[in-house]
Amino acid sequence: MGYLGGFRVTLRKYADSIFGGDSGRVVTRQYQGGAGGSTDLKRDKTPRSHGRHVLNRYEDGMEKCIGCELCAGVCPARCIYVRGQDNDPDDPTSPGERFGFVYEINYLRCIHCDLCVEACPTEAITETKLFEFSFTNRADAIYTKDELLVGDDGRPQQLPWEDWRVGDDEFTSGWMRATAPNGAAAFESMVSWSGELGYGVREPEGGQPLEAAIAEQAAAEAAAHAHDDHDHGGGH
Amino acid sequence: MIYGLDSLLDHIDGWTVLIVLVKCVIAFAGLMVSVMAMVWFERKIVADMQNRIGPNLAGPFGILQTLADGIKLFFKEDLIPAKADRFAFKLAPYLSLIPAFLTFVVIPMGGNFAGGHGGVVKTPSWFGGKETLLQVADPHVGILFVLAMSSIAVYGVMLAGWSSGSKYPLLGSVRASAQMVSYEAAMGLALLSVLLESRSLSTNAIVSSQSIWHWNLWVTGLVPFVVFLIATTAELNRPPFDLVEAEQELVGGFHTEYSSIRFALFFLSEFMNTITMSAIIVTLFFGGPSGPLAWAPDWARGILPTVYFFAKLLLFLFTFVWFRGTLPRFRYDQLMDLGWKLLIPLALGWFLLLVSFHVADDQHWNKVLTGGVTLVGLVLAAAMLARAMKVSAARREIEEVRA
Repeated sequence: MGYLGGFRVTLRKYADSIFGGDSGRVVTRQYQGGAGGSTDLKRDKTPRSHGRHVLNRYEDGMEKCIGCELCAGVCPARCIYVRGQDNDPDDPTSPGERFGFVYEINYLRCIHCDLCVEACPTEAITETKLFEFSFTNRADAIYTKDELLVGDDGRPQQLPWEDWRVGDDEFTSGWMRATAPNGAAAFESMVSWSGELGYGVREPEGGQPLEAAIAEQAAAEAAAHAHDDHDHGGGH
Repeated sequence: MIYGLDSLLDHIDGWTVLIVLVKCVIAFAGLMVSVMAMVWFERKIVADMQNRIGPNLAGPFGILQTLADGIKLFFKEDLIPAKADRFAFKLAPYLSLIPAFLTFVVIPMGGNFAGGHGGVVKTPSWFGGKETLLQVADPHVGILFVLAMSSIAVYGVMLAGWSSGSKYPLLGSVRASAQMVSYEAAMGLALLSVLLESRSLSTNAIVSSQSIWHWNLWVTGLVPFVVFLIATTAELNRPPFDLVEAEQELVGGFHTEYSSIRFALFFLSEFMNTITMSAIIVTLFFGGPSGPLAWAPDWARGILPTVYFFAKLLLFLFTFVWFRGTLPRFRYDQLMDLGWKLLIPLALGWFLLLVSFHVADDQHWNKVLTGGVTLVGLVLAAAMLARAMKVSAARREIEEVRA
């Protein structure tokens, strides 16, 4: 059809959208940032999307954060402010010697790179998939420790300006559960993290079968060897 | 007695003035409301074509979205740049809006055109019982008036760009005036074919000459219609000819510096022009409000022509939206090539062909032979034109290489 082919495409899409054909299906969702109530449809988030942080607790209710400030040190946006303090031996806040006394994240700066999560030695800080929090002033933008810490049931606290529903808090700490400490892809079913209040020891993220990962790694190594042999003749 | 513009001068009474006033008010209000509906219509259809939902929150099916946008624009800050020419800056939106309104005045929107009625309707006895036309005015130079108004509209765009005292609006308005001037030529030449067949400049007479199925669409042989449609799209600065406001190159084009209600006026006039131009296409090529009436019961015959008119109008409004949903924007040189090298010669050649038929008719020559000779002449001319373009392009290339 040449030049006129495009007209057929748009017309078919229009006709299908009216008469319910396949090519006319709507790919956007009705979403008004929570203002629409039950008619507001959210899109499912990808398994490793990065949202706002939470500070986790152990299953006995102790805080995981030990106030080491590694997260603050690694943060490229310098949005984390931590101050540690010695635990009271009679009434400890965390199992270790020290705990995070002040913990603030400035979400006007945070780029959600997850480096803090990688740096954390105790899996205290993880990222949820909650990104619908449009605060309207600077004070709200800075999340304090009280706001970041999970509640007594282990769930993130819902702040007034956050839009999230039942179930949205289920999939925290996605990155941590997807990556082995040594960086290898073949890690499945090797749990190396502590339990969380309300959830217990979380299952590792699925979807990366061990055999396939090993085979892939072997293939990559073989390819690298072949590449090296080839390069010798090239005179590097 | 038809109460048009000229007969107002000798047979004036209270009812006549009142009827004209009522027609003015209806045309004004109707156009305003239809612009609102048009914006919604366009957004909704483009959304459907792009697998989106489109406006759906303000009112049922989002039909009040335009109203919401308009109210929002009213409350925005009205900014005039420090370097702007204040008078021209304030004048420009009105220069753009008023021609858009005035053009609609000559469009016949109803009335029975079958059997030489000429679209005359009689107002009810409680409203004077006068005979009138369902158009605000029917000047003898109706089509020239349309052309004049669409030329004046260029000043609105040009002054807006120039008076902003800023470079992007200036570039946008330079583009706009060049584009509108070039396509006006193609539009006028396509129009000539219609005028030749209808033998009148009055819009009312043009519609009368087409009733019921004697549409200029096929009487003039389709080519003038295609040329006119393309030229109109360019004249309206609608996609794919919206280089005037090419966001990627010119920010917002000629109205970059405009905000608040002045921007709303430009927006309004743009959509109003779309409606008016669709109405003109319907009038010129699709027989305006004329259509089969014999089958209808008596009570429906008064309203049916108006229904026909709006159905045809809707078809063209949809076509313009369809263009927008389908075609990507032209490059500037492609735009100029299409206008000057294709549409103008095509419209002119077709006009000459139609003229040759008419001359053959008047002189009692053999029609087929005359047409054939003209066609051979036109093909020859086209070949020479193509050759000339090729040679000049080659020369330009050589010069560029040398430089």
